[in-house]
Amino acid sequence: MHELGIVFSIIRDVEEVAKENRIDKVDGVRLRVGEVSTVIPYYLEDCWNWAVDRTDILKGAALHIDTVPAVTFCGGCQKTYPTVTYGKICPHCGSEDTWLQQGDECVIQEIEVSE
Amino acid sequence: MKDVRIIEVKRSVFASNEERADLLRQELKKKGIFLLNLMSSPGSGKTTTLVRTIEALKNTCRIGVMEADIDSDVDARTIAEQGVLSIQLHTGGMCHLDAEMTRQGLQELEKENSGQTGPVDLAILENVGNLVCPAEFDTGACKNTMILSVPEGDDKPLKYPLMFSVCDVVLINKIDVLPYFDFDMERCIQNIHKRNPQAKVIPICARTGEGVDDFAAWLTDEMRAWKEEEKSHA
Repeated sequence: MHELGIVFSIIRDVEEVAKENRIDKVDGVRLRVGEVSTVIPYYLEDCWNWAVDRTDILKGAALHIDTVPAVTFCGGCQKTYPTVTYGKICPHCGSEDTWLQQGDECVIQEIEVSE
Repeated sequence: MKDVRIIEVKRSVFASNEERADLLRQELKKKGIFLLNLMSSPGSGKTTTLVRTIEALKNTCRIGVMEADIDSDVDARTIAEQGVLSIQLHTGGMCHLDAEMTRQGLQELEKENSGQTGPVDLAILENVGNLVCPAEFDTGACKNTMILSVPEGDDKPLKYPLMFSVCDVVLINKIDVLPYFDFDMERCIQNIHKRNPQAKVIPICARTGEGVDDFAAWLTDEMRAWKEEEKSHA
């Protein structure tokens, strides 16, 4: 389970941020997850619910996921296209000289704390 | 109603692992330990290849092996029979190792090694058998090696491009069965270089030991370079 490791890693990061900000309870975490980040939101939520209840700071914390669409840029014709639909080969000009512009990220965007 | 305060973090989960991995590499360099991350699909011959590699190197350097598996200690026992330090890491169902888990494994290895005169020269991490997830996470290793075995097919570099693009060396194992499979060595090497022009490809047969000396020689060179780099910085 790929997602479980990612959840552990997020928990470690959030715990660090909480410590730096002298927070002892986090209510929610917002993530930005790319379409081709290899992270499946549904699994991530399952692992999240299981793992946060085993921590002090994040017990019961909500997970919000914003999906980032994957976009590929073509070096051949300088255009972009949706990665998930067309893959590696540019649908505009057929070039293979393409690279991912966005969509492989998994970012902890913000954490929510009640005052 | 409760007021909610938002704290902006904007920290990449993958980047955070990469930072930990870089830190681990720096620590390893100071200690003079060369960490090799060995990856492949299940059944490609990782453990047999390791046994052969240990045979080739155990008289010239001190070796420690970390066997990562979802469960069982079959591989750690096999390696321990070679007379080298060996620990089993259970990933608890996870499909890969990240830098933090690797650090914990190295600490276990150090504990196991206590009473000896110094740290190991070569630590080998046998990653979870999987061509997808382990490639996504930098473990903090100095170099990455993967094994592709002949029965898996010469198209695997195209199907699992990330794995082949993160590896410094690709070992093509089980070359003794080449006559029985529709595996085109040249096409395979082309496919690997399409994804990773720098990758060094070494055909081997772990069962007979063929080609393993080439891999051991590469490892010896890399270990020497790793130690000299630290000396030149010190």
